[in-house]
Amino acid sequence: MGIAESILLTIATAATPLLIAAMGELVVERSGVLNLGVEGMMVMGAVCGFAAAALTGSPWMGVFGGILAGVVMSLLFAFLTLSIATNQVATGLSLTLLGLGLSGMIGESFVGSAGRKLPVLDLPVLSDLPLVGRLVFGQDPIFYMSIALTLGVSWFLFRTRAGLTLRSIGDSHSSAHALGISVIGYRYLAVMFGGACAGLAGAHLSLVYTPQWVENMTAGRGWIALALVVFASWRPLRVLAGAYLFGAVTIGQLHAQALGFGIPSQLLSSLPYLATIVVLVLISRNRRLTLMNTPASLGQPFVPER
Amino acid sequence: MRKTLLGLAAAALALSVSAPAIAQDKIKACFVYIGPKTDGGWTQAHDIGRQLVDKELGDKVETQYVESVPEGPDAERVIERFARSGCAIVFTTSFGYMDQTIAVASKFPDVKFEHATGYKTAENVTSYNSRFYEGRYIIGQIAAKMSKTGVAGYIASFPVPEVVQGINAFTLGAQSVNPDFKLKVIWVNTWHDAGKEADAAKALIDQGVDILTQHTDSAAPMQIAEERGIKAFGQAFDQIQAGPNAQLTAIVDTWGPYYVKRIQAVLDGTWKGGEATWDGLAEGILEMAPYTNMPDDMKAAAEETEAKIKSGELKPFTGPITKQDGTEWLKEGESADDPTLLGLNFYVKGVDDKLPN
Repeated sequence: MGIAESILLTIATAATPLLIAAMGELVVERSGVLNLGVEGMMVMGAVCGFAAAALTGSPWMGVFGGILAGVVMSLLFAFLTLSIATNQVATGLSLTLLGLGLSGMIGESFVGSAGRKLPVLDLPVLSDLPLVGRLVFGQDPIFYMSIALTLGVSWFLFRTRAGLTLRSIGDSHSSAHALGISVIGYRYLAVMFGGACAGLAGAHLSLVYTPQWVENMTAGRGWIALALVVFASWRPLRVLAGAYLFGAVTIGQLHAQALGFGIPSQLLSSLPYLATIVVLVLISRNRRLTLMNTPASLGQPFVPER
Repeated sequence: MRKTLLGLAAAALALSVSAPAIAQDKIKACFVYIGPKTDGGWTQAHDIGRQLVDKELGDKVETQYVESVPEGPDAERVIERFARSGCAIVFTTSFGYMDQTIAVASKFPDVKFEHATGYKTAENVTSYNSRFYEGRYIIGQIAAKMSKTGVAGYIASFPVPEVVQGINAFTLGAQSVNPDFKLKVIWVNTWHDAGKEADAAKALIDQGVDILTQHTDSAAPMQIAEERGIKAFGQAFDQIQAGPNAQLTAIVDTWGPYYVKRIQAVLDGTWKGGEATWDGLAEGILEMAPYTNMPDDMKAAAEETEAKIKSGELKPFTGPITKQDGTEWLKEGESADDPTLLGLNFYVKGVDDKLPN
């Protein structure tokens, strides 16, 4: 395996959890709901994914466990914000705090125990192609899911009737309600989808990225995913670009340090954030298009009039 | 003792310290942790020390802790909360709590404070530290003997003196075996982010490093070393589980006996502030994990170096040593004094990195 190929693989691994979590949150926000609990759902996905894999011996059960944990967390959020219309920002923040604490308790007995890694795809000939072989044909299953997810979400939002309905709810829940659309029903499904994605992203951390459980192992990745959604102005392909750009600059700056160029490491460490923000702001600079893409009723509670 | 929920918000942190009422005859010893107590590294080593206090002084002392307290203003609130809640002694276990510890201590003259790995003390504040660099010197020697590429990788957290000591001692140990040995350094600017530590490990390996060492808190680099079939050294904690074929040895922090001794001093009324304790391998505040995955002669050599450091015959920072910029630091036979080491802010010759300010 050459160094270029190895670097590309490392970038893909770093970008995948960000992409998945961000893609879930994108759908949630397109439905007009702001869930700031991504970090909490993600860390729960990481611990439950790890625990399920360790207890059953199967990393696939880990993937399932991670998704399930994310969905359960998101249902709590959905009940509070949608059914009894609590403040979404405060509820989301509490969800993050809850997830971080709860995951630490669940994971206490799994600290230091051997992790189970999801096997990578290994196709004869194809996986051994130079440079792109491993990248395209030799990765873990969650990587392929992340790409399928991006294309799927893009297709769903902009090519299907249900996607159109979801976006219209995000733009004006009262109008959608007046048309007889079940605003709360759609939003429940969207929030659960977001939870499943965050859980899957967490499972990627504890089953692929670093197959172990360490408390607080998401280390802020949920927040980065949230930021990606906004800076990508709620467009799936831009989220993909943002996640990979962030991953690439993160890995690139580590290599720059190891090469000893003498650039201050604090500056290098902040580069991924700077670069991603600058690039995504530049591609989203058309004000009219950005306004059009912004879900107009984002974060507003909806209480149907009877 | 109740499990404190991890807090990003200081409010949550402060709330979680509220303690159950305790019996009159027990004193409270309180610990502030930078990471989760099960991080498999730095904080876990401190928590094992705290558990030893529970075990040995459990009838006279009750311990409390708060986990994952960020360095900076949040730390001050947590420390102050401890001081108000009746702790007799507060241990603040990260370098970045130094100024906060001093600040709170000046407001609570009757509470005793001990700050780990810093250099400031006060009337009611002592500092305590471990000569980790003694272990770093030993692993540097092992690295130079084991490495085929002649380049080791160092995953560093923040450019504080403790980390700079480690990098320098590792380099000096390696150079005592192979004067041309090179060290690549990556600063990840965090103590605890498994993913980032793993990324740094991969980057170093991709650039031809075949021995890894770290000054961060998770076992992720060890795991990557195991996966890629290279060797590595455990940090703060025996990480053999993460790298059964990769770990050569680990620098294991054993704070427990120190904590027991200091809390006993509080009970006896003999505790004094203003002191700085800096113990090493000889006093047992750090230990080397079993030397594994290496030939017997290397193991014997490592044990010999360890014995020499313990007896005081070998001091890692003894001249002739040249600074990275080529100027002389220590003359032949001259050893660095403690104040210089505690404020160390430059590299020795041979480190392939520019020290961040």
